[in-house]
Amino acid sequence: MLYPADLKYSKTHEWVDVVSGVATVGISDFAQDALGDVVFVNLPAVGDEVVAGESFGDVESVKAVSDLICPVTGVVCAVNEELDDAPENLNKDPYGAWIIKVKDITDEEELLDAAAYEAFCAEEG
Amino acid sequence: MKLIFEKSVPGRGMAYLPACDVPTVSMPAGLERREKPKLPQISETDLSRHYTELNKQVHGVNCGFYPLGSCTMKYNPRIDEEMAALSGFTDIHPLAPKHTTEGCQEVLDTIRTALCEITGMDDMTFQPAAGAHGEFTGVLLIKQYHDARGDTKRKKIIVPDSAHGTNPATAAMCGFQVVNIPSAPDGCVDLDALKAVLGEDTAGLMLTNPNTVGIFDEHILEITRLVHEAGGLCYYDGANLNAVMGVVRPGDMGFDCVHLNLHKTFATPHGGGGPGAGAVGCKAKLAQFLPKSALMDGEEHVQVRGFAGNFLVVVKALTYILSLGREGIPEAAQNAVLNANYLMAKIKGTFTPAFDRICMHEFVLDLSKFKKETGVSALDVAKTLIDYGMHPPTMYFPMIVHEALMLEPTETESRETLDWAAEVFRELYALAQENPGYMHESPHHAQIGRPDEVRASRAPILRYQA
Amino acid sequence: MASYVPSTKEERQEMLYTVGVSDYRDLYRDVPAEMYLDGLNLPSGMSELEVRQKMTAMAAKNRVFPTVLRGAGAYDHYIPSIVKYIPAKEEFLTAYTPYQAEMSQGILQSIFEYQTDICELTGMDVSNASVYDGATAAAETAAMCRDRKRRVTLISGAAHPDVIQTVKTYCYGTGDELRTIPVKDGKTDLAAMKTLLTPDVASVYIQQPNFYGQFEDAEVIGQLVHENGSVYIMGCNPIALAIMKTPKDCGADIAVGEGQPLGMPLSYGGPYLGFMAATEKYMRKLPGRIVGQTVDSEGNRAFVLSLQAREQHIRREKASSNICSNEALCALTAGVYMAAMGPEGMAQAAKQSMAKAHYLAEALCAIDGVSLVYTGPFFHEFVTTMPKAEAVLEALEKAGILGGLPISEGILWCATEKVSKAELDRTAAIVKEVLNA
Repeated sequence: MLYPADLKYSKTHEWVDVVSGVATVGISDFAQDALGDVVFVNLPAVGDEVVAGESFGDVESVKAVSDLICPVTGVVCAVNEELDDAPENLNKDPYGAWIIKVKDITDEEELLDAAAYEAFCAEEG
Repeated sequence: MKLIFEKSVPGRGMAYLPACDVPTVSMPAGLERREKPKLPQISETDLSRHYTELNKQVHGVNCGFYPLGSCTMKYNPRIDEEMAALSGFTDIHPLAPKHTTEGCQEVLDTIRTALCEITGMDDMTFQPAAGAHGEFTGVLLIKQYHDARGDTKRKKIIVPDSAHGTNPATAAMCGFQVVNIPSAPDGCVDLDALKAVLGEDTAGLMLTNPNTVGIFDEHILEITRLVHEAGGLCYYDGANLNAVMGVVRPGDMGFDCVHLNLHKTFATPHGGGGPGAGAVGCKAKLAQFLPKSALMDGEEHVQVRGFAGNFLVVVKALTYILSLGREGIPEAAQNAVLNANYLMAKIKGTFTPAFDRICMHEFVLDLSKFKKETGVSALDVAKTLIDYGMHPPTMYFPMIVHEALMLEPTETESRETLDWAAEVFRELYALAQENPGYMHESPHHAQIGRPDEVRASRAPILRYQA
Repeated sequence: MASYVPSTKEERQEMLYTVGVSDYRDLYRDVPAEMYLDGLNLPSGMSELEVRQKMTAMAAKNRVFPTVLRGAGAYDHYIPSIVKYIPAKEEFLTAYTPYQAEMSQGILQSIFEYQTDICELTGMDVSNASVYDGATAAAETAAMCRDRKRRVTLISGAAHPDVIQTVKTYCYGTGDELRTIPVKDGKTDLAAMKTLLTPDVASVYIQQPNFYGQFEDAEVIGQLVHENGSVYIMGCNPIALAIMKTPKDCGADIAVGEGQPLGMPLSYGGPYLGFMAATEKYMRKLPGRIVGQTVDSEGNRAFVLSLQAREQHIRREKASSNICSNEALCALTAGVYMAAMGPEGMAQAAKQSMAKAHYLAEALCAIDGVSLVYTGPFFHEFVTTMPKAEAVLEALEKAGILGGLPISEGILWCATEKVSKAELDRTAAIVKEVLNA
């Protein structure tokens, strides 16, 4: 299980990487492993407002669906449309396959660093 | 096997209609279809054989044991089919003048009286076409009731976490916020959890009793009293009525409205997924809110489907009720319960019941410990049962039991069948210790091996294309 | 009394003993004594022979009309014999939903074939495995089109009244608004529709041909709906689709309809069949079951219930629909009907229905006092004025003819391929006789 040290994590298993005011959001290795084979990702549209702690889409596996919880409040400025055709990228490369990018960030959830998140997952798992 | 489209030959087909004996009329310009639909072109011989071949790849209640929990796969009497195929029922237009459809009225009146007696309700509609549709209709009664009283603050419907997925989905379709409450360790309603969420925003409670783990909630009167005291109404999900019909009535438990699955409890066949019929009964105070048909009844009113519902399914259910009568109905329930307890007693000692106590018409096995020990999952067991010609039990439901298998034998199975089923379960228990790998790959002798569901969902192929 | 419980008295006693109880009451130990029933107030059970007699007597109290000229949402088409026999096969009849693909390939493949038929008829990319009927198909579709920003549904006032009322009820459920587009000359009023197309309109539902039998300007409507960014839903008669421009070609995003004409008898209103098909864009939003093709562990073609994450048993309160049971056996029936009739046979049924309706309209309108209420092109239904309507329908009834349906605008007539020229001539003659009396 990978926990890259340069990312922050939410307790709902999203990772976030904020660079020059733009947050890139994806799901963690732990999350993709728990979900199993991802078959579809419901993505928001560019321009949608997202709120920290609230759902911005969901990921489907064959027998389950899980909400994607946004770690930040802001406006969606990009979505990874590759996921429409290749949802399996979330399984193959969870930290490469980002889901959305958010700009105009006004609020942020309480986030964990890699060590704290790894400990949190150990407890959950 | 080949798809019917792969058997199609251009120019083949039957002529079922005579030549047109009036002048033909053309479609108006601009409204014509551009190219013909690519429907099968096939002789009647090949058509008949195609479906006969498909029919061989179906497991019906007539083929063998079908202990699918919460689905009540009891035997479907053939007389019911024959009565529903009478021309006096099939060839009646729903909008024919009332004085020419008195037989249909009599069917509906007779079954309404019988089912009101069985449920302890005062009135009933047959418009809903299935169980979930009945739920929608029933919860709409609750909504209309509060709305009519101007009681608009009631926004919440309480649903136990053990409930079938249709319950929360139904509440959401009726605009209610769903409040999930945890179940007590015995699978029954946790009274403290219930009290904690009741209040002046409570619209109602959706509950099935016996509950989804097959246990009759002995606190039912207190539960319904608490909900009523808070100003809410109680909705009875009739999915499990087969355990108690003729023994105890939802109306006497304190419920205000109820849906029945005529295709479970009253023996009408499931048809590979439908049609069902979801009759909805209610107490007198809710009767004015029952749905009607705009065209048949000529009023502006709540309506959940066209016309009067799945009428022929109702004919089948009435035939069944008349056959069983006052003695046969409780007899069916009692033996459904006896068969479930008998099968559980016979399986015990190998697989572990989730709740080791007298059950109602169904019981849940908890395979979590078994899986830890052998690596064999509930899914593996289910798939291996297929090789024995037994339809697997319901898997992974209710969600409050991990690695759940839920068995409902129904009253129409003989002791020999139950003994055989128990023997099969014992064999699988032993097999899991010896050769778990074999079970991971089951079934081995079925129509197909395990299908790749991930592939089906990632790159969907939902129709044939040449 | 018929009992379907196989075990004998002795066996039951032994089984009770095995369970560890002495009698049935002990099995119901959790049921409080105050509610334990002391018997039902119902008649005693009957033998199969007695039940047959009783049910047959009820059926005999209904009047079966040899000639049916009434439609209004339930159509009396010819059903080839084979169509009745196949769904009566015991396995198809008594199986549950095909969740266990390894022992349900027959049902799954039959639904996959049905889905293909519906896609062919409508021109759409995907179809679901059926919903309850045409009215619920419309209501479920409208529900799936609503999103956070667009909540309003528009429906043509020329749609079937039961459809309008059902959609209205589903909107009442979620607290959403339904606006009815006024009718002008028996068709959807386009000018009025334009003013109703506001940015909050999620979808627009039009019926083709409409309740009065008239053809709508379906393509023009589609353009207006799309200009507004709304979803275009067309409710269609499946027999008409054999010869009528497809919803896809009219620009519709979703096609739904009442599938009863595809081999189901009138049956006093049900079971019928709601069909629902859409362009690929809406695939993962469709409610209800969908069968998909995949491969099994050996790499052979196999069919499964697919895209299940849309459905209530997984999505629970977040599902757009609670549908679980559908009308699978009716979908099977429709599949058999379409295969038996084939593209040629269905086109024949459509053409003859249309021709006979026009012949009847002409014959009736040749009578003094009878004329078409709406003069636009129509399929197999039309509305006429009718003096002495009650007497006319009564006279027809005496002659074994179920005449048109009295509605506020006049009489709504329907003809299908089943009625012969002789029956139509006789109908016109009876009407003439009553009016001239």
